[in-house]
Amino acid sequence: MIRVGAVIVAVAALAALVGPLLTPYDPSAQALALRLQGPSLAHPLGLDELGRDILARLLAGARISFLVGVVVVGVSSAIGMTLGSIAGYFGGVVDDAISRVIDVLMAFPGILLAIALVAVLGPSLTNVVLALCVIGWVGYARLVRGQALRAREFEYVQAARALGAGPGRVVLRHVLPTAIPAVVVQATLGMAGAIIAEASLSFLGLGVQPPTPSWGTMLDAGRSHLFDAPHLTIVPGVAIALLVLGFNFVGDGLRDRIDPKKD
Amino acid sequence: MALLDVRHLVKHYSRRRGIFGATSIVRAVDDVSFAIEEGETFGLVGESGSGKTTTGRCILRLIEPTSGDVRFRGQDVLALSRGDLRRLRRDMQIVFQDPYSSLNPRMRVATIVEEPLVIHGLGSKVERRGRVRELFELVGLNPDHLSRYPHEFSGGQRQRIGLARALALNPSLVIADEPVSALDVSVQAQVINLLMDLQQRLKLTYLFIAHDLRLVEHICSRVAVMYLGKIVEMGETAKLFASPQHPYTRALLSAIPVPDPDAPRQRIVLDPASFNHDAPLRAVADGHWAAT
Repeated sequence: MIRVGAVIVAVAALAALVGPLLTPYDPSAQALALRLQGPSLAHPLGLDELGRDILARLLAGARISFLVGVVVVGVSSAIGMTLGSIAGYFGGVVDDAISRVIDVLMAFPGILLAIALVAVLGPSLTNVVLALCVIGWVGYARLVRGQALRAREFEYVQAARALGAGPGRVVLRHVLPTAIPAVVVQATLGMAGAIIAEASLSFLGLGVQPPTPSWGTMLDAGRSHLFDAPHLTIVPGVAIALLVLGFNFVGDGLRDRIDPKKD
Repeated sequence: MALLDVRHLVKHYSRRRGIFGATSIVRAVDDVSFAIEEGETFGLVGESGSGKTTTGRCILRLIEPTSGDVRFRGQDVLALSRGDLRRLRRDMQIVFQDPYSSLNPRMRVATIVEEPLVIHGLGSKVERRGRVRELFELVGLNPDHLSRYPHEFSGGQRQRIGLARALALNPSLVIADEPVSALDVSVQAQVINLLMDLQQRLKLTYLFIAHDLRLVEHICSRVAVMYLGKIVEMGETAKLFASPQHPYTRALLSAIPVPDPDAPRQRIVLDPASFNHDAPLRAVADGHWAAT
């Protein structure tokens, strides 16, 4: 399964990277005379309600999805690893403070909090990324805190302390590396989560604003033509489902591989 | 002046049962006092959970003791600032029991042995590399294997790596926390001989924590017996083994296996009610104290 997932993700990433080279059309160029036309040789995935080439828009939207995924996962995991290792390694009051913040944020359904945040901040891609980072880091922090709590008692961590290593060195060189495999799994699954969340927010009109193409806005636009031109909805829908499935396959596969109970 | 002087060392852990439950106190180390002279090997023996390891870690401040006094060359260890404690760590080192968990599996052994030198900013990169090779040879390992990872070594070899790391800073006191109890008997002897050889060459002082009494009899000049966080008997090894005074020491000594299946065994079973656990240590002979 991990191979299937990796192939899906690799193909999608490549398409996002070299997207404009794969199609002669501009994702914003309109051909109103051909609006809602189905797939043809000239337009393999058809045209949307303003006569824009859906393949071109799909490829441009892939860039948005990957951009959001990478930035959200990168920022969230950096914040989460820092705060999680501090909480787990030092314990005491510091841990109590960080853990309570984690508890509070965990109590909210993530997407609801993101909607509220974007509603307050105003809809834009930057604010979507910001909102997803605000709710995203807690997962990493909780994970890394647990690992740090365990690693703190390892004899080689005690040995480093006995040698005179400061807390920064102990955490960076001895504690954090033990959490990396788990973080990689979480990050892979987090990519899937971030992509879905961006699509959901854009679908609700809170994310990427037209005419910038995003898979979520494409879904939303297709909604009113569900019966007369279903390809408007099917194409971005299948794209989201496939990419998320791909990331989940990779994440699950990695988790199984690093699970010590397996061997 | 003793190299290490420990007085009235106490480490209590408090544990509360539930939110409203009563707090119970576990006395892991309960008023422990002893002194170690320069160049000697002082044994600390007792069963699992008797507080030997906690005592060792409190001396190094890997665990902060609840109260007491630890002096190293007259310097008050428990009052040291973080910076002074770091400097003191060059003089006091520890070798751990488990050679598998005491080395970071993600680091090459050269990096592991070099780390103390990096932490204390000693030498240039080239000098440190030379010192690491030297240490590897000192503990009887092949310096050609420096770029390997810990899992590529056997238990005994790993313990030598741990020893090389501890000796990198030229300490005067080494706390050996059951350094051979995780090793095969045949390998134990090699590591013990190495420890004794290094003691001669580097003028080391050992606090040797163990539960193997034959080993302690073999290498320690003086020994303290711990039971439930307290020292119940202490003295020169020969005297203590010849005439144990405390019921616990007697029970412990009677449990030493004899390599003769036909030898008559008289195993003493300890009756905790038969003695006063709060009795203070008193001199029973010259250089021999017991809590009876």
